[in-house]
Amino acid sequence: MTAITVRPARRLAGGTAAGLGVAVLYLSLIVLIPLAAVVWRSADEGPGYFWRSVTTPDAWAALTLTIGASALVALINLVMGTAIAWVLVRDRFPGRAVLDTIIDLPFALPTIVAGLVLLALYGPQSPLGINLAYSRAGVVLALLFVTLPFVVRTVQPVLLELDAEMEQAAASLGAGPFQIFRRVILPNLIPAMLSGTALAFTRAIAEFGSTVLISGNLPFKTQVAAVNIFSQIEGDNTTGAAAISTVLLVVALVALISLDVLQRWGSRRG
Amino acid sequence: MAIEVRDVNKSFGTTPVLHDVSLDVAAGSLTALLGPSGGGKSTLLRVIAGLERPDTGTVRISGVDATRLSPQRRGVGFVFQHYAAFKHLSVFRNVAFGLEIRKRPKDEIRKRVMELLELVHLEKLADRYPSQLSGGQRQRMALARALAVEPQVLLLDEPFGALDAQVRKELRTWLRRLHDEVHVTTVFVTHDQEEAIEVADTIVVLAGGEVVQTGSPGEVYDNPANPFVMRFLGPVTEIGGSLVRPHDIEISPGPVEGASPAVVSRVVRLGFEVRVEVEIGGQEAWVQVTREQADRLGLGPGDTVHVRPAPGARSLVLAL
Repeated sequence: MTAITVRPARRLAGGTAAGLGVAVLYLSLIVLIPLAAVVWRSADEGPGYFWRSVTTPDAWAALTLTIGASALVALINLVMGTAIAWVLVRDRFPGRAVLDTIIDLPFALPTIVAGLVLLALYGPQSPLGINLAYSRAGVVLALLFVTLPFVVRTVQPVLLELDAEMEQAAASLGAGPFQIFRRVILPNLIPAMLSGTALAFTRAIAEFGSTVLISGNLPFKTQVAAVNIFSQIEGDNTTGAAAISTVLLVVALVALISLDVLQRWGSRRG
Repeated sequence: MAIEVRDVNKSFGTTPVLHDVSLDVAAGSLTALLGPSGGGKSTLLRVIAGLERPDTGTVRISGVDATRLSPQRRGVGFVFQHYAAFKHLSVFRNVAFGLEIRKRPKDEIRKRVMELLELVHLEKLADRYPSQLSGGQRQRMALARALAVEPQVLLLDEPFGALDAQVRKELRTWLRRLHDEVHVTTVFVTHDQEEAIEVADTIVVLAGGEVVQTGSPGEVYDNPANPFVMRFLGPVTEIGGSLVRPHDIEISPGPVEGASPAVVSRVVRLGFEVRVEVEIGGQEAWVQVTREQADRLGLGPGDTVHVRPAPGARSLVLAL
């Protein structure tokens, strides 16, 4: 006779249920309800108003600038962040520990201070003679500054944990240094690289403080979406502000979800 | 000779690991580097593979001086204790790796990989990923991967060290059979004397960074060069100032010529063999007898018996 296994309905243990409850409640209060409120608010005056708010020339310019600059910044981070992580893990040089600490500085600094620092160095009174103030390059620079740690800090631990014997095995099978990098190291780093890039991108589209000083907030030219939202609120157009916010929210969500899908696809193989 | 190692010295920082090591490995042989951990055997294997560079000395592979050659150009296959599987590649692609690097045509790769997977009994798991395999399967995959590029020598670093006892035994037997089929010169590192004796046709005992003895399993077991090798290769006990194998001791109820009186302190039955612990003039020793012998002698704690090395027993006199 075949044994019949009766599977009890999955019931959560008391501790788990309580933990889950607290987590969901906390997440709802801090994240979900405020987000829902913004989305709700954006629809106050109907879809037509939503669409008009988002496509006013200044709002549209701010949105495209923000998304474009953030995408560029994310790409630069992908390459440079990985390179920095590589140097920190694989190379031994004096001052490595200091460099390792400096990476986190953009996290620790209030972003407005970052803006001030950048304006001092790359502003009209630049001691280097490089003036990026009130230009889109200035916006990109500020975003690069605040998003630097993301890729470095996601790739670094993976690189540290990477099995050195895997590389030696590849070498004994005839792979040269470049082939080892491309065929063995890179495929193992890509998930971390992608999630770091996603974080950098979503952080960049939301950035306010660091860009506000160096960009000069010139509408149609250097005004980013967050600043545009702020000025909408100042002009008492809360619904318009909520509409632009909702667009940013959707873009961030799409970026996170698509990278997650990409990673799942990758990890199914690993 | 497939491998000739001459006067190799290697230190890590100020710690010497290999001291004037010379070694010859005959073509087509299956050689075990046997020794306690920290004895330098893995380092020697890595020096042969080019994964470590010796401070002084030379390594020749198939007559060619390989001392300065990179691992890529030595024609060695290397198998690691912890498999070093390419986690992001399927079993098939893992095995195909070396052939893809060599840009062999697709059909040829496919054919060769499937042959090898059949050889290591993984043909049904070609599309799996290493994380979906057991330890034993991963190690067989690693072996197929190393064999794919037709290496002149195959080097295995504690290949079964990470596996459980049952799988280890199976793979040992299997490695021996595989070697009889493939005939590639093979060197493997182990600290398990049983594994070395069972699998290898030559054993090189390495301790303290030096080669202590080289010979067939029988030679090394029966004529150990010193007490260290004798102790390392199998169980020993001490009677009358000599090291003797416990199965080489005769035990009799009455006095016999050359035998010393001993008092039985404990009789332990371990399945087919019986371990008789005795005390000879205040010194502890033990004797291995068969169940049949033990039953015939009817030994029990407190009995007085007489023990002596069996005629023809190998023993080493210990310096006092």
